[in-house]
Amino acid sequence: MNQVNATKMEKRMNARIRKNNLLKGVFLLATLFGLAVLAILLVRVVTQGAAWLDWDFITGRLSTSADRAGIMGAILGTMWLMVVVIPVTLIIGVGSAIYLELYAKKGKLQSFIQTNISNLAGVPSIVYGLLGLTIFSRAMGLGNAALAGGLTLSLLVLPILIVSSQEAIRAVPKYLAEASFGMGATKWQTIKNVILPASIPSILTGAILSLSRAIGETAPLTVLGIPALLIPFPEGLFDTFTALPMQIYYWTLDSSLVKEYAYLAAATIIVLLVLLFLLNSVAIFIRNKFQQRY
Amino acid sequence: MPTNSGKPKQNAVNVREMIEEKRSSRNISNITEKLIPTILFIIASISVLTTIGIIYTLLSEAIEFFKIVPIWEFFTGTVLKPLSQNPEFGVLPLINGTIISSLIAMLVAGPIGIMSAVYLSEYASERVRRVLKPLLEVLAGIPTIVYGFFAFTFVTPVIRSIFPAVDATNILSPGIVMGVMIIPMIASLSEDAMTSVPNAMREGSLAMGATKLETTFKVVIPAAFSGIIASFVLGISRAVGETMIVTIASGSSKNFTFDITQSMQTMTAYIVEVSGGEAAAGTTIYYSLYAVALTLFVFTLIMNLLARYVSRKFREEY
Amino acid sequence: MMSQSSVKSKRPVKINPEAGSFKEPETAGKVVYDTKELNLWYSETHALKDVNLSFREKEVTAIIGPSGCGKSTYIKTLNRMVELVPGVRTTGEITYKGKNILDRSFKVEELRTKVGMVFQKPNPFPKSIYENIAYGPKIHGIRNKKVLDEIVERSLRGAYIWDEVKDRLNENAYGLSGGQQQRLCIARCLAIEPEVILMDEPTSALDPKSTLRIEELVQELKKEYSIIIVTHNMQQAARISDKTAFFLNGEVIEFNETNTIFTNPADSRTEDYISGRFG
Repeated sequence: MNQVNATKMEKRMNARIRKNNLLKGVFLLATLFGLAVLAILLVRVVTQGAAWLDWDFITGRLSTSADRAGIMGAILGTMWLMVVVIPVTLIIGVGSAIYLELYAKKGKLQSFIQTNISNLAGVPSIVYGLLGLTIFSRAMGLGNAALAGGLTLSLLVLPILIVSSQEAIRAVPKYLAEASFGMGATKWQTIKNVILPASIPSILTGAILSLSRAIGETAPLTVLGIPALLIPFPEGLFDTFTALPMQIYYWTLDSSLVKEYAYLAAATIIVLLVLLFLLNSVAIFIRNKFQQRY
Repeated sequence: MPTNSGKPKQNAVNVREMIEEKRSSRNISNITEKLIPTILFIIASISVLTTIGIIYTLLSEAIEFFKIVPIWEFFTGTVLKPLSQNPEFGVLPLINGTIISSLIAMLVAGPIGIMSAVYLSEYASERVRRVLKPLLEVLAGIPTIVYGFFAFTFVTPVIRSIFPAVDATNILSPGIVMGVMIIPMIASLSEDAMTSVPNAMREGSLAMGATKLETTFKVVIPAAFSGIIASFVLGISRAVGETMIVTIASGSSKNFTFDITQSMQTMTAYIVEVSGGEAAAGTTIYYSLYAVALTLFVFTLIMNLLARYVSRKFREEY
Repeated sequence: MMSQSSVKSKRPVKINPEAGSFKEPETAGKVVYDTKELNLWYSETHALKDVNLSFREKEVTAIIGPSGCGKSTYIKTLNRMVELVPGVRTTGEITYKGKNILDRSFKVEELRTKVGMVFQKPNPFPKSIYENIAYGPKIHGIRNKKVLDEIVERSLRGAYIWDEVKDRLNENAYGLSGGQQQRLCIARCLAIEPEVILMDEPTSALDPKSTLRIEELVQELKKEYSIIIVTHNMQQAARISDKTAFFLNGEVIEFNETNTIFTNPADSRTEDYISGRFG
């Protein structure tokens, strides 16, 4: 007896193929859903904010009157944060990566530090805020100075940079180090002259990405009590400051009181997103341009 | 050889001698060579110090808090009234708000994320993938404050225009937006899990006349299951720790309710409210900050360890 | 011009069946390297077993043997590069000009300055041609620009690549062909004027034409340097070397004048290998 009924099977086959094609469409739509939301978000922000975004807004001081408000203070504050975050994360991030990849003996200590780093990467940013509040603001007495904010954000993004720098170092072919050792170079000479120059494009890419993560962060700054009041422009690391995300936060909160604040927030978001876009473009540029192909 | 333009010349510069000469004056570099590993070790231990710092800070202040509010009362109390004359410190409303907002987020991000992963890993052509993936990454790169703004000024009004009963601040809207934020994370982690399923397994199924859909659901997803689960756990952890979206869009009512149309507060939003509100150091409310943060920290830590455990098991399967 | 040594017939030598303890004629150069009872383990794997070998000045010694016989491990032990592999242990001794280099207190950097190495795959640094050559002198403290210029030119001439690259010294070394890259690596090695050059299958990644040029170069270099070359290619060993050592499973089976090894091997395993019966 023939167990397989050919006509029946063909019918079912067609149904199965139809189902496959139908769901392929559903999956595509699901993928596009996220992108559609992204598009709506961007369109919303631009339509609300573009009209308010002019030179006076960018260079102006903060004001309670929506017409006269500007965000120069917040821009300067974000800049001061970058002044702290860039050197601190680069030194600690690359230093840790070199230690873990090239000096640490494979063993308990090394895997402990490694596990610790991946756990830190999962700690909510607000918890870093409390760490910063307790240690930098209170114990070290930095209050809500740019330095306190910058150090807090540095700790927050460090795990990202350490891991990406480790990957960059690991990607340098072994034979380059061998060539250097083979000529009698010491370990540090080899690292300084061969391994780091070869991995620096990837390290910088990672550094820029973690920097853009840092300057988009708001939660830790709210914990530090960063104000968005009428404060003078910050002129140094020890000055009280505000930053672009904080400015967006306060204007968004107050938009239920003064409707125009929502537009100011949108205009500030445009500035922040453009800044992030520029940073990411630089990162992609570095990656494509200077990445050595072995 | 065509153009042998000369043998090694023996002349003025004697490299061997010069190297010998320099060697004797290279004590400084010997010292550097010995110091560098130590310096780098100190630098690398900053990450360990950060962990110690976090745990020490949270624990020491939380212990102060539990001296005033018994730990049992804190974890079973359903009323949170930190500012009242007779303050009550029950953390359940916050845990409730956190869980509900994360659940909503995962209801959005889970199905959509996994469907995106299936599409990208099983259906999309290489060209389409190369366009879609970076675009999804952009979604992950938008600062959370921007999502908060979007939830508060766009999603909430849209929901309210459809369901007028929804409050101006509610947990639903930030939950949905948080879900959108997490989609790329789930999509890319699940996709990684699916693409690492060996092609031979797919071919075995396809060769028997199974459709791609059947192959995906009967072969690929079961094989990648623990990787997918790990991505979900990490997604939840991310939602639990997310701060700005809920702070802005869900208000600060400490309701203990399951009504998603109402305002609720999450653990993270409570920390923002209290620390931003100039809670003077040494007060009970100030200490409560650390008790809540400790709870949050333990929550996310467990989640992250779980995700790592699950995905490590997964890696051993092939 | 072809290699001379394989053509030139040497005085017949008495063959001592015991590997490694082969008696030299009085006229031979001074011993630079002497290996005594060397054993080496990678974790649990016993990779080199009781190796006894010595190398003399201004000679080319070829090390042949099938894959995995320990020849690469051995040559990397000669400048202690083998230590880059974690879990390596050694016993026995290797003396370089009378000093035991396996001694913990022996400075590897000093050894590697005097013993240059050329690797299997050409491995120039992703820097300019000039910087590749100047790398060695620079790390050893030579910074004078004029001196460096001279070293670069002399080394490139020494490796017979000067005419090909003199107009593009500042271009990236990765723009060179594989054969040119390998000669650049030899030039880089010459820049610190080593006494011995170790070559670990230097032509295995190259085409026949580039291989021939490297072989010719080895013949030239022999006038100034002692060369130890690991090779997979028996014809190459026969063409360019004065002496040959045959390795099998981590042991030295036979070490003798190249002519003798190839025409009249003492051990049947050597004969099997040379006649292509295995490996």
